Parts: sequence; structure tokens; C-alpha cells
Amino acid sequence: MNYNFRFNALLPYTEEIIRGIGVTLQLTCLTMAIALVIGLFVALARMSGNRALRGVARVYVEGIRNTPLLVQLFIVFFGLPSVGIRLDAYLAAIIGLSINVGAYASEILRAGIQSIRPSQIEAGRALGMTAGQTFRSVVLFPAIKAIYPALASQFVLLLLATSVVSSLGVGELFHQAVFIDSRTYRSFEAYTLITVTYLVLTLAVRALFSLVYWLVFVRRPRA
Amino acid sequence: MIRELGPNDIVYLLEAARWTVALAVIAMVAGGVLGLVVAVLRIVSFKPANWIAIGYINIVQGTPLLGQLFIFFFGLPLFGIQVGAWEAAALALSINASAFFGEIWRGSLQSVSPRQWEAGAALGLSYWQRLTSVILPQAVRISIAPTVGYLMQLVKDTSLTALIGFIELTRASQILSAATFKPLQVYGLAAIAYFVICFSLSRLSEQLEKRTHAAR
Repeated sequence: MNYNFRFNALLPYTEEIIRGIGVTLQLTCLTMAIALVIGLFVALARMSGNRALRGVARVYVEGIRNTPLLVQLFIVFFGLPSVGIRLDAYLAAIIGLSINVGAYASEILRAGIQSIRPSQIEAGRALGMTAGQTFRSVVLFPAIKAIYPALASQFVLLLLATSVVSSLGVGELFHQAVFIDSRTYRSFEAYTLITVTYLVLTLAVRALFSLVYWLVFVRRPRA
Repeated sequence: MIRELGPNDIVYLLEAARWTVALAVIAMVAGGVLGLVVAVLRIVSFKPANWIAIGYINIVQGTPLLGQLFIFFFGLPLFGIQVGAWEAAALALSINASAFFGEIWRGSLQSVSPRQWEAGAALGLSYWQRLTSVILPQAVRISIAPTVGYLMQLVKDTSLTALIGFIELTRASQILSAATFKPLQVYGLAAIAYFVICFSLSRLSEQLEKRTHAAR
């Protein structure tokens, strides 16, 4: 092997990498927030008494979960303009990612809602709690505790999945690797550095989620 | 030259879909073998082996598959190993799959109650007999549904290999979309093809899950 690894060739691009991290985190948080709202409505639709509503929700969830994110993004970004809907890359990425994660989030939320048995609500009421107290301490808190680990790992999966939107030209972290590669021709160094950056990000995010779990659910057990 | 989308193009997409399936099968077999090693390293009572397995799983599951694909695609030639998109894709997907298989199978093995080991010992069975006729049959049964469920993920993951230029279903759709300028129809067709493959796998997973529950 006679290749000289030159990671210091990447040093002038620190600013780009930091900007990329910012865009990646922004994409991840924004998508997660929108996906949770979509997911809640879809979860309620899937449990509703209305057959048609249940059917539509099921088609959405199955359609999304059985096709790749990349193809979904291509349909939103390259496909929709042919029916007159033109989106810029960032907006297309947010919409595509949110529609994708919304389907997964709905399944997690559905499991959380179904984990609360009606008898527990009756028990809360029988103990003299108000409707609001019952909802907060008997329904909401235990439900969130039950789905917290699943949501946390969904968040990490999303953080990694945002790398795919680099193919639409969104200037997030992975796109910076493509950019640095095109400037320096140091492909291996650029992609390795960016991949390690993702590893650091996911480890930090996981540690943060564990800390929040400990603070909220372990230190002061209420449920 | 912009041309119409014809029956030949659908055949072209279906032929490309064969590569999607082939890649998924290779990653399943190679990733499965490596995943078995990971699962074993993860549970043997030898701490350094556990640490290696945990580190491996954390690195693979904590980095984007896209990054892994690019590292193998650009990295291996630097070590004198000439690879094309096909080899890099197969290698990256196999390694990625091995971490997920390793975790699934470790979970399955550990979900068999330790009392089963004790019960086997009380009946005078040897370690090997306990493993092969008490623990493994139960663990395999538990692992079937999540394993088939993960295969679905693997099929979807192969789409990312389009970005290093491997011509499978997604890359073929990109090419066809550029030639016909009908992106909505072409990507729609690709989505349907993925749906057919993945939905069959998820139904299979559901049925296997039902059957394993009935067996108890």
C-alpha cells in the first residue's frame, strides 16, 4: 500500500462540517416533531370505529413501511413537479422524511395508547382522582414511559436516515462529505471523518436520552 | 432524447429488481454467518469477547449505512483491493446486516429462561445436549419472525447502493426517469416493485409468528 492518508487536508473544512451538523440536527428534530403529530392522528385513525378511516390509515402505514425512504424522497422531489408541485430540496426532505417517520411513529404511539387498560382509568377514578389527574398520572405518564425507549431509538434511526437526503442536495452533514470530496479528492478521508462524526452524534444523543429517562422516570418514580 | 415509457421499460425495471433481490440474498447469507459469530461473541462468558461484539454493534448501528457504503467503495482500493460498486455494496450490506442479525439472535437466545438450562442440567443432560435440544429449538422459534422482519429492512436498504452507482431497482429507475422524463410514473413503479417484495416478507413474518405461538 502506498497511499498517504492525509486527514489534515480536511482541516480547512471545519466550518462546513459544523454547519452540516447543525442542519442534520435541525432536520432530525423538525422531522421528529412533525412525524409525532402525523403519527398521533394516524394511530387514532387506525383505532377509530370508522372502517374507511381505518383502511386509509392502514394503506398509508403499509405503503410507507414497505418501500425505501430513498424512493419516497425521489417521488416527492423529482415526481411531484410533474403534477405541478415544485418544492425546494430542504422542504422536500422535511416532507419526505416526516411522511416516512410518521408511519413508524404511529405504530409506536398505537402500542403506547393500547398499553393502558381501561380498568386502570376506572381504578384512578375510584381512588378519587379528577379526570385531569387520571389522564396525567394514569394514562399519559405511563404511556410515555412505555414508548420512550422505542421513540428514542426511532430518533437515532432518523438521525442516521437524514444522510439519505444528501442525494437531493440538502446541505446536511453527509452532503458536506460529498462537497469536501469534490474539493480535495480525499474521498476515503472525507467519508470516514463524516461517518465517525455521525457515530459521535448518535452516542451523544443516546446518552442524552438515557439521562432524560433517568431524570424523569427513575429518579422520581411517579408511575 | 426523450421517449415514451413502454413495456420494455417495465421489463428493464424488473430485470434490475433481480439485482435488488440478489444483493439482499447475499447480504442475508454473509451477514447471517457473521451475525451468528457476533451473537456468540456477545453472550459467551468471556468479557473481552463481549466488549468486541458490543463495540462492533455500536459502531455499525451508530453510523449511517450510506457512510459505510462510501468507505468501502473508496477505501478498499487504497489497500490494493480493487472493488466495483457491486463488491462494495455486498460487503457493506453484509457487515451492516451482521450487526442487526447479531442483536436479534442474542435477544432470542437470552429470552430463553435460564431455568431451562438448570432444568436440563437437573435431567442429567450435558452442556451440548442442553444447548442443541433444549435452548436452540426454543430460541430459533422466537427468532424467526424478527429475522424475516429484518429481511424486509435489508431489501429496502439495498436502495442506497444506487448512490454508489450500483444498478439495482432504484438506480435503474433514476436512469429510466432521465431517459423518459416521467419521474412520477417510474419511481411509482419502483415503489410498487419494492412493496410487492417487502409486503410478501412481512406477511410471511406474521404467519410464522402465528405458527410459533400456536406451537406453544
